[in-house]
Amino acid sequence: MEPPADAHITVRNLTMAYGDFIIQRDLNFTINRGDIFIIMGGSGCGKSTLMRHLVGLKAPRAGQVLYGGESYWDSDPAQQHHLKRRFGVMYQSGALWSSMTLAENIALLLEQYTDLGPEQIRRVATLKLALVGLRGFEDFYPAEISGGMQKRAGIARAMALDPEILFFDEPSAGLDPISAKNLDDLILELRESLGTTMVIVTHELASIFAIGSNSVFLDPETKTMITTGNPHTLLKECGNPKVRAFLTRGAA
Amino acid sequence: MRYHEGKQTIGNERNSIETGGMMEQARLIVTPGGNGLLFQLSGSWMLQGGVPDIDEALQRLRAAGVVKLVTFDCAAVSGWDSGLLTWLLALAEYCKEHGIRVDSSGLPAGVDRLLALARAVPARKGAQRTEGKRSLLSDVGNDAIDALRITGEFMDFFGETILALLKMLRGRAVYRRSDLWQIMQDAGVRALPIVSLVSFLVGLILAYVGSIQLQNFGAGIYVADLVGIAMIREMAAIMTGIIMAGRTGASYAAELGSMNVNEEIDAFQTCGFSPMEFLVLPRMLALMLMMPLLAVYADLMGILGGAVVAVAVLDLTWLEYFIQLTKAVSLADFFVGICMAVVFGNIVAVIGCLNGIRCGRNSQAVGMATTSAVVSAIVMIVIASAVLTVIFDVLGI
Ligand SMILES: Nc1ncnc2c1ncn2[C@@H]1O[C@H](COP(=O)(O)OP(=O)(O)OP(=O)(O)O)[C@@H](O)[C@H]1O
Ligand SMILES: [Mg+2]
Repeated sequence: MEPPADAHITVRNLTMAYGDFIIQRDLNFTINRGDIFIIMGGSGCGKSTLMRHLVGLKAPRAGQVLYGGESYWDSDPAQQHHLKRRFGVMYQSGALWSSMTLAENIALLLEQYTDLGPEQIRRVATLKLALVGLRGFEDFYPAEISGGMQKRAGIARAMALDPEILFFDEPSAGLDPISAKNLDDLILELRESLGTTMVIVTHELASIFAIGSNSVFLDPETKTMITTGNPHTLLKECGNPKVRAFLTRGAA
Repeated sequence: MRYHEGKQTIGNERNSIETGGMMEQARLIVTPGGNGLLFQLSGSWMLQGGVPDIDEALQRLRAAGVVKLVTFDCAAVSGWDSGLLTWLLALAEYCKEHGIRVDSSGLPAGVDRLLALARAVPARKGAQRTEGKRSLLSDVGNDAIDALRITGEFMDFFGETILALLKMLRGRAVYRRSDLWQIMQDAGVRALPIVSLVSFLVGLILAYVGSIQLQNFGAGIYVADLVGIAMIREMAAIMTGIIMAGRTGASYAAELGSMNVNEEIDAFQTCGFSPMEFLVLPRMLALMLMMPLLAVYADLMGILGGAVVAVAVLDLTWLEYFIQLTKAVSLADFFVGICMAVVFGNIVAVIGCLNGIRCGRNSQAVGMATTSAVVSAIVMIVIASAVLTVIFDVLGI
């Protein structure tokens, strides 16, 4: 079975576990090129864990993760490295390198993977920080800025190399409504202009409906996914009470 | 009527201390009726005052034979908080397990709503950890398996560092030169004061203890041989190794450990930087280069310490001491010392980084990683020095 032509990431029969503790099993879904793909589910259901599998940090217990037909865990290290270059990841905790300033965090990637000179690199770093509303904080260390700012700086670093796929783990948690709205605009803009595929873990209903074009819903009790599809369609058509409750804040 | 026959009061001894009459004692009266039980609660059911033990109530339930329904009468309850809730929650869990219906209409307003909230999300299956009873034999077995696994991990890790080192020699490893410079400075120059102090004193002690014995034979001059050979062959390297384990190895473990907690190491990985090349290699390189230099410095300080004793206690002159020293110590001794220092530097760096990178994801784990880095580095240094001494002895160096 070949994945469809515009499939960017295909997850097949994925089972995730920490030791003997199964987190989720038999996940099957497809993320298409240019999708803004939302991973939804209650707290602790394994969203961050799923993201760690998608970015190649954790090997699946069973099943496969395919990128345009290539399986990450069946590739050789050179190929894996090549695949990873196409990802940008923002972690739930920001995960900025604490011994470097914000500009250096971004510059490190540019120094390594582009031929730009120091002057240009500095300008790109400033641009990326400006995009997330952090102009002027280039020379601050991660410990010197607030939690929400660290999140945004993490997003700026994830975007440093204009990757094909961006992974954000709860980007808007801890942001004020205006910054969260700006972030949604930025995400939509990146998809429009660069055609970036986005995989986003989020609980913000407003965001989910504003930007999501596809999604998967994980259930902690049955330990598998309930459904996948456009959040608007799910809201209208999905009969599952858990999904409806999630998408309506428990109102229905 | 038989209604009052089974009446029994379960008091609460803990509550016997008078609380100034402010709080009434929590009391429970259990009365059977039909195929159900009526729990009559009275007094103050607060955590502060203490509530009756749940086991007593459960015992009553069990003793009552077939019970289908549990009802409550709380008219006399004067106050309640989580004390009542926890008690009820345990009772409700028991009833659910045994198919007993709980009629919560008699509970104070709000209690049943809070109870419903507490029970809304069922306990995650498989999430609760059960500590089974373990025997001594299985403990020993598990420890042995752990020890094997840790040794395996160390070997893996060591192999990877060697690969990274080879990659660096071919100019392909990715790390920041400025990092290396910074780390070298920290492991080198900044360690000088403590290395000076410790090795000076070790030289002094060696000379002093030795001089007492040597003076008995009128052979005081040989204190130079004693201090020189001991310091240059072994002591300088071992002492600096131990100092660096406590100073630098611990800091590597803590630094990499908290980077791990903060997902920074994951971030390196997904950005295509190998943590091995980017983080471990510069640290290993720095210690392998700095340790021999520190050991040579420690040699000098130790010899100086010995000289002070030789001059002050044994009435030798500085010149006599140094001439005797140059006669006693050969270049081979010096080579042995340097060799040990390189090995110890490697041990401290690799064990420090290994513990940091394999550290768990919480702050307690960082503490444990640091402790384990220092302890295992010191143990390994002592073992390695013993092994090396034997090897050099066999080789006749
Ligand atoms: N390192 C680990 N070892 C063992 N179990 C883990 C580990 N990390 C996470 N878990 C377990 O995996 C489950 C899913 O964790 P995960 O972090 O993926 O949740 P999440 O869906 O991202 O939650 P949240 O929305 O709160 O971030 C949790 O039940 C947690 O107990
Ligand atoms: Mg998470």
